[in-house]
Amino acid sequence: MTSKLARLFAAAMALMATGMAGANQYNLQVPQTIIAREIYDLHTLIMWIILAIFVVVFGAMTYSIIYHRKAAGAKAEQFHENTTVEIVWTVIPFIILIGMAYPATKTIISMKDTSNPDLTIKATGYQWKWGYDYLQDGISFYSSLSTPRDQIEGKAPKGEHYLVEVDNPVVVPVGKKVRIITTANDVIHAWWVPALGIKQDAIPGFVRDTWFKVDKAGTYRGQCAELCGKDHGFMPIVVEAVEPEKYAAWVQNQKVKMAKTAVADDPSKAWSLDDLKARGEKVYASNCVACHQATGMGVPGAFPALSGSKIVNGPKNEQIALVLSGKPGTAMQSFKHLSDVELAAAITYTRNNWNNKTGEAVTPADVKALRK
Amino acid sequence: MEAAHAHGHGDHAHHPAGIMRWIQTTNHKDIGTLYLWFSFTMFIVGGVLALMLRMELFQPGMQVWQPEFFNQLTTMHGLIMVFGAIMPAFVGFANWQIPMMIGAPDMAFARMNNWSFWLLPPAAILLVTSFFVPGGATAAGWTIYAPLSTQMGPGMDLAIFALHIMGASSIMGSINIVTTILNMRAPGMTMMKMPLFVWTWLITAYLLIAVMPVLAGAVTMLLTDRHFGTNFFNAAGGGDPVMFQHIFWFFGHPEVYIMILPAFGIVSQIVPTFARKPLFGYSSMVYATSSIAILSFIVWAHHMFTVGMPAQAQLFFMYATMLIAVPTGVKVFNWIATMWKGSMTFETPMLWACGFIFVFSMGGFTGLVLAITPVDIQLQDTYYVVAHFHYVLVAGSLFAIFGGTYYWIPKWTGHMYDEALGKWHFWLSMIFFNVTFFPMHFSGLAGMPRRIPDYALQFADFNMLSTVGAFGFGLAQLLFLWAVLKCIRGGKKATDQTWEGAEGLEWTLPSPPPYHTFETPPVVK
Repeated sequence: MTSKLARLFAAAMALMATGMAGANQYNLQVPQTIIAREIYDLHTLIMWIILAIFVVVFGAMTYSIIYHRKAAGAKAEQFHENTTVEIVWTVIPFIILIGMAYPATKTIISMKDTSNPDLTIKATGYQWKWGYDYLQDGISFYSSLSTPRDQIEGKAPKGEHYLVEVDNPVVVPVGKKVRIITTANDVIHAWWVPALGIKQDAIPGFVRDTWFKVDKAGTYRGQCAELCGKDHGFMPIVVEAVEPEKYAAWVQNQKVKMAKTAVADDPSKAWSLDDLKARGEKVYASNCVACHQATGMGVPGAFPALSGSKIVNGPKNEQIALVLSGKPGTAMQSFKHLSDVELAAAITYTRNNWNNKTGEAVTPADVKALRK
Repeated sequence: MEAAHAHGHGDHAHHPAGIMRWIQTTNHKDIGTLYLWFSFTMFIVGGVLALMLRMELFQPGMQVWQPEFFNQLTTMHGLIMVFGAIMPAFVGFANWQIPMMIGAPDMAFARMNNWSFWLLPPAAILLVTSFFVPGGATAAGWTIYAPLSTQMGPGMDLAIFALHIMGASSIMGSINIVTTILNMRAPGMTMMKMPLFVWTWLITAYLLIAVMPVLAGAVTMLLTDRHFGTNFFNAAGGGDPVMFQHIFWFFGHPEVYIMILPAFGIVSQIVPTFARKPLFGYSSMVYATSSIAILSFIVWAHHMFTVGMPAQAQLFFMYATMLIAVPTGVKVFNWIATMWKGSMTFETPMLWACGFIFVFSMGGFTGLVLAITPVDIQLQDTYYVVAHFHYVLVAGSLFAIFGGTYYWIPKWTGHMYDEALGKWHFWLSMIFFNVTFFPMHFSGLAGMPRRIPDYALQFADFNMLSTVGAFGFGLAQLLFLWAVLKCIRGGKKATDQTWEGAEGLEWTLPSPPPYHTFETPPVVK
């Protein structure tokens, strides 16, 4: 009996120890910016206030339940209505609320102060990835989930950063005020990194902003926080905060990469059908595959098949126009943010893959001609 | 059900028997029964959807459903529980109880009463069958935010029509309730002598009349955006997606109180009965309820602090939201003051009422946390919010519905329910409710977004626990069905007063009451 109890106790202690180790399983993530810290402290303060109220109110209720039972011989008194008591329990909560509102107000005002940033990054929500434009440095890239499909489907063991890892993280310098401008291409998304204390909806057709200044170098992970369709759970955000020198090197590196892509994707060069298909497969994999699937069969009832599709096998200009403008009322959004080469390649790929054998190449010039 | 009503009172000759009785009925008791069974059915449907989605969330990775179907499950779980289960259940209580509590023979508009109930089954059929149309049910969340909802397939249109129909039903039901309460009270029953359940429903009915048309407007604009080329919510055409959220939550926040005020009413009936002591502050309860109702119209944007509104707007909505804590606190303090120095017994209805006060207050506390804008910005759209609103909607509204059922079912059927079954139902629900939803506070704080079919590994433990709790909670509800059926079929004869401390006109009637009651109004002194 005692040994059983001892084992139970040991198990409970072990459970508590693991609880301590994984502290961020129980509370807000460790704050990394001044705003996140203020939020963390506000939350802690309110929890203490709540705990005090909880003890007083439910202490009284528990006392009453124990001592004012008929079974305990309690006789009911018939008192009711007491103006003094009622005024007291209206006024005291009111005063407590003022005590809570004061620090919250200060934090709101500093959260909203996006003036004088050192760096401005535009984050655009797409179904289902993020696009980033560094407005001063002229860098642009997309950032998609990098967790392999096999891990999601349980065919491979899950990695440490399962579902919160991306191919191209947002890199920012530490100690600099970074202003994030959000918008979206299709539906509302929300750009959220808990450790940085920011969450801002990204709204199609509108621009909103928020800011953060990271204290120390590190990798901070977040996710889209606004339901945005099928793959809402699969468009994480990763922010890498680095020392300013490393940041400068990264910027250079990105510029070189972009220049290389620009050369490789030169719309004026002669694109063969095979070149286009090869490039198109990559574009398809990062933009189209979520709905239309790798098999080109789509998802019956939800997303149409491209393989054997009338549009894909029809006149190329109609398909180009559809991809450029999207189909209103469906998840098929405008893809005009992709370059002429990317669009030409992806469209060529769909017209010459699976059961589609048009044998016809769509050139960057075809796409350019149809842009408004 | 049929059998229970067929014996004990012989005045059935003048209305049809069998199924036609229920289709043609204009009797408030029959219609109350219909509402309650309808809502229980929808509760089971919505519950099955919840268990289906908890199944997927048992472990990280996609195991059971595809992401798009998962989104349909969360959306339909929300819509069905809000519009199919909770709201109709309270209307069922209103139908049964309000005429008996104010000494009226029936509802003011008996035929409209029939129509407001019979609108609901077609709406429910639209919602449930939307799973089977191409593309499936709407997957845009119960909040159906544009422009995601404009992307949806025909399932969205079915949901829009269902909302229209249910809205019409609610408005008719509310007009009926307001008219009945204002015009049909027994002589001597002044407004300030009405039982609190009647008061809370009067205020709820006004809220419904005010905001259901707003929802109807929002979904109509959505419908025309989807099909007729309008651009209310389409930025490319000059519209504004955020406007949808403003309109939706202008409906949505009062809607939250529509689902909790009648619950306050039920608890305010139960606590004095089992404490054998009058309600501590009757008039302050009435004023608190009215204040909550009025405040509910000026706090809607606290659901959308992350859309990016000016600091002034955030401050206004934060202060207004925090103010709601004052009248809500007054209610809780009043219930406890009513218990204080009473002579309490803990039959099943009282257990539910105490459980309600305890667990609902925790939902109130997290509501206070969420009212603080900076903290809300961290927690918005996370599992913390999911925990919060299940604490107020399940532990609040649903627990009160259960408490009210055990409290009044002896009156309705003429039999006492099985006390042991009722207590098992309570304790299992209470434990499993907390096992399910308490861990969600932690998942949310640690950063787990809501409405995701798969999650990062650090959330695995708590999600597993939540799923286990959800199945326990779901199974415990079968005990409720058993207890109710058993009570309808027989049991110890209930006395007229049923409970030692019960006061009010309904307890002066026989149990079960005759088909028509108070044809001659009683006189209230």
